[in-house]
Amino acid sequence: MHSLLFALTAEADHGPEITAGGPLQEWAWLILVAPFVAWLAIIFWGKAMKYQGAEIAVAMMSFVFGYGLLLWIDTIRNKVVFEHSVVIGDLGGGWVFEWGWIVDGLSSMMYFVVGTVGLLVFVYAVSYMKGEIRYTFFFSSLSLFAGAMLVLVAAPNLAQLIVGWELVGVASYLLIAHYWEKKENSSAGMKAFFTNKVADVGLIIGAIMVSVGVGSFRFSEILHGAEEHAEGLLAPIGNSNVAVVGALLLFFGAMGKSAQFPLHIWLPDAMAGPTPVSALMHAATMVTAGIYLMARMFPLYQTIATEARTVMLWVGVLTLFLTGLLALVQTDLKKVLAYSTTSQLGYMMTAVAAGGYTAGVFHLFTHAFFKALLFLAAGSVIHGVHSNEMTDMGGLRKYMPRSYGTFLVGSLALAGIFPLAGFWSKDEILGTLGHEGYTFFLWVAIAGAFVTAFYMTRAVALTFFGEYKGHGHPHESDNMMTVPLMILAGFSILAGLTNMPGFLIGDRVVGRYTGFTEWLGTRALVMGDHHPDNLEWSLAIYGTIAGVAGIAIGWMLFSKDRDTQEARDTFSIPGLYPLLSAKYYLDDVALGMVGFIKGPLANAVEWINTWVIDRVVNTVGFGTKALGAVVYNSLDQKGIDLAINATAAGSGAVGGMLRKLQTGKIQQYAGALVAGAVALVIGFSIFN
Amino acid sequence: MDFTEPLTWVFSILALVIAYTGFRVVTSGNLIHAALALVFSLAGTAGLFLLMSAEFVAWVLVLVYMGAVMVLFLFGIMITKAPIGYDAELDNQNKGLALVAAISVFVLMSWASIVAFDGEELRGIGDPTSTETLADALLGRFVLPFEIVSFVLLAALIGGITIARKDNSPAEEGMS
Amino acid sequence: MPIVPVLILAAFLFSMGIYGLLARRNAVMVLLAVELMLNAVNINFVAFEAMLLDSMASGQIFSIFIITVAAAEVGIGLAIVLLIFRNRHSANLDDFATMKG
Repeated sequence: MHSLLFALTAEADHGPEITAGGPLQEWAWLILVAPFVAWLAIIFWGKAMKYQGAEIAVAMMSFVFGYGLLLWIDTIRNKVVFEHSVVIGDLGGGWVFEWGWIVDGLSSMMYFVVGTVGLLVFVYAVSYMKGEIRYTFFFSSLSLFAGAMLVLVAAPNLAQLIVGWELVGVASYLLIAHYWEKKENSSAGMKAFFTNKVADVGLIIGAIMVSVGVGSFRFSEILHGAEEHAEGLLAPIGNSNVAVVGALLLFFGAMGKSAQFPLHIWLPDAMAGPTPVSALMHAATMVTAGIYLMARMFPLYQTIATEARTVMLWVGVLTLFLTGLLALVQTDLKKVLAYSTTSQLGYMMTAVAAGGYTAGVFHLFTHAFFKALLFLAAGSVIHGVHSNEMTDMGGLRKYMPRSYGTFLVGSLALAGIFPLAGFWSKDEILGTLGHEGYTFFLWVAIAGAFVTAFYMTRAVALTFFGEYKGHGHPHESDNMMTVPLMILAGFSILAGLTNMPGFLIGDRVVGRYTGFTEWLGTRALVMGDHHPDNLEWSLAIYGTIAGVAGIAIGWMLFSKDRDTQEARDTFSIPGLYPLLSAKYYLDDVALGMVGFIKGPLANAVEWINTWVIDRVVNTVGFGTKALGAVVYNSLDQKGIDLAINATAAGSGAVGGMLRKLQTGKIQQYAGALVAGAVALVIGFSIFN
Repeated sequence: MDFTEPLTWVFSILALVIAYTGFRVVTSGNLIHAALALVFSLAGTAGLFLLMSAEFVAWVLVLVYMGAVMVLFLFGIMITKAPIGYDAELDNQNKGLALVAAISVFVLMSWASIVAFDGEELRGIGDPTSTETLADALLGRFVLPFEIVSFVLLAALIGGITIARKDNSPAEEGMS
Repeated sequence: MPIVPVLILAAFLFSMGIYGLLARRNAVMVLLAVELMLNAVNINFVAFEAMLLDSMASGQIFSIFIITVAAAEVGIGLAIVLLIFRNRHSANLDDFATMKG
């Protein structure tokens, strides 16, 4: 098999015994197809079912989870690398459009994340969305999204990936604008869609450039071409070459989907969608598609497009730090979490750019669990209080203990506290940065850890401590919502243990478990993954200090005077606050850019419509009417009617004349007879 | 026309009688006069038949035509109370056209006769046609017309009785 | 003797009959004219018979038929005229133009 050949020639860091996979992988397309089947089934039969179609969605997700689990176990145990493509369209000139699926470490990890988080979110949503408008449509859109995401991560070629990418964008739009009766919700959906669309320009052009460089859309071919320093990829463009420009454009596309600065503006507004959507798409899966693409194309960035990495690093750390700061000034609980997501995505992007393939993806893995947990717990709180604003909350740990407990676990994991999941993944990132010598970025990342802990403590304090400031009757949510929370909390605690660099004691490395690394390394082409051999104690301590400091300072600031809300709310970073609350004026820039085009364009189109198109249509209408009148008056009335009337009149006249023969007088008939006879005789005698 | 022969003189006299009386039939102002003129015309015709040695036909003519038909005519005239007296307006307005028609027919027929039969001779004169011949012909070759004519007479008989019988229904139009 | 005078005589009678048929106002007189015409035809038949000397004497046979049919026709005709007289109290043919178109 094709991929086997690559496996033998690849410089895999770990486990060279890669197998080709068996029936489990050959049937893996079922997890791609099942969500679409569920989508259609819910559309057609959902409303008639007992749970309005939710049972179809949950059943499908259970199947995906179960199959994903099997694939995970099989991939790890047998080190399977499987790829299968079917040609579905010939584009001519040697280009084919293929459809297929990959089962290797990276893809099966994504299947596992989508399946697990997806199933928990779906179950949560059955209870959360009960009684909400368009319940069935919601689940059909969620199923569509699941299918699109799986198509994306299973893609063995760039074309299919782009198809999945766009479909995910569509599903995101549908779900963000779920409550479209309010204009700001539909506007949020459009903002997300358009921002992603701007980035997709880069994605598509980059994809085309890179594919043309090697003559195929397939990842295996592109990455092989990168490794071999293929000529097509090194073709010069300006000062640079195809590979670098293409890689940068691909990264630009990833920036849109993964909300990197400055294309992050859509993610906070996307919180207008229902909380399960935020948890699934804007925490765990959709936004990670950009990171996934970078991880999939990792060899390209490590071999011949290394110049692109500098740009990526800067964008990553800017995202990390600046959007983290924005989380400090939000009053909407979900928006805090949204900015937190963008910040963590910045972490992931920085890690991958720095060469930490495992680090970045590991952080994706752990982040999926605790961020989804945080969103779902926030949703539980919002559901109980019927408000998103933290000013309406406070002291909820008494009323909603389970939500409080799980939210706390998620916050600590996010802040990177030992031994929760975030500690391990964040430490991995710091280790990679340090190992590669990116000192400046390392310190920014540590500062980012401080900010992360700081704003999460603020959120926890404002929500769960102090006095309840709202007007409703907060109550704990039902089991269908809290059980997934607890499961996710368990994952947040344990997920980090899948990849623990050991402790260097003396000469030996103790307690090292690199399961995740091996899992991720099980792919056709892995190279340049700079994985620290052991735990960098110093960096781990720095990271933990930053986190603890953030918690401490946050607690001091936000829980003092906890009886008086005003004292807490009036905290603001002097000088920075106006900039932060205006979100760096990025939205205004974007709106200005759009408005600049929109106004004249709309006017021009309207002018064309009124004066050109309408005029043509009206002229045709009038002309036809006039023609009809002409035909009627002259042809019909005067022409045809006249002819017919004349014929009738003529017949009448002739009849009238002939009628006079019928005098009723017998003698005249007899006379006519005689005359006729005479005439006949004369005639015969003359002509004979 | 050889006027030395007495046959020609006889014919001429008979022809004159027939012609004059025939003329009087159609120009008489009196209905009875017209009918009687027809009687005399028929009598003359009978004489002519005798001349042309068609005795049986002559006497049939006298018997049936003059004896029955003309009597019927006169009966009809009298019973219907037709204007017996002189009626000056016995001709209608078509007199001119009728004259033209009559003259044109006469000219045509004469001309045709002359053209076709000039020089032909009446040959059977003086040689009477025996009744036996007629009887043989009538019941031999012409038996079919004979029977049909008897049907015609029957139909006329029945029809005449039906038509002329007094209508008992109160409606004016009683023709059945 | 030549036949032509006989034929001319018959023609004269026939045309007399036509004149009477077309010109007479009284229905009975029209019938009389019709009789005249039939008589003319009889003369023609007998004359031709005499000329041709048919073995069967067809002309005379035909003449007999004509006489018979004429008798029947006169009977019916007079009966009709009778009824018309009864209904209309007029024998004027001009008054019988009810079939006028």
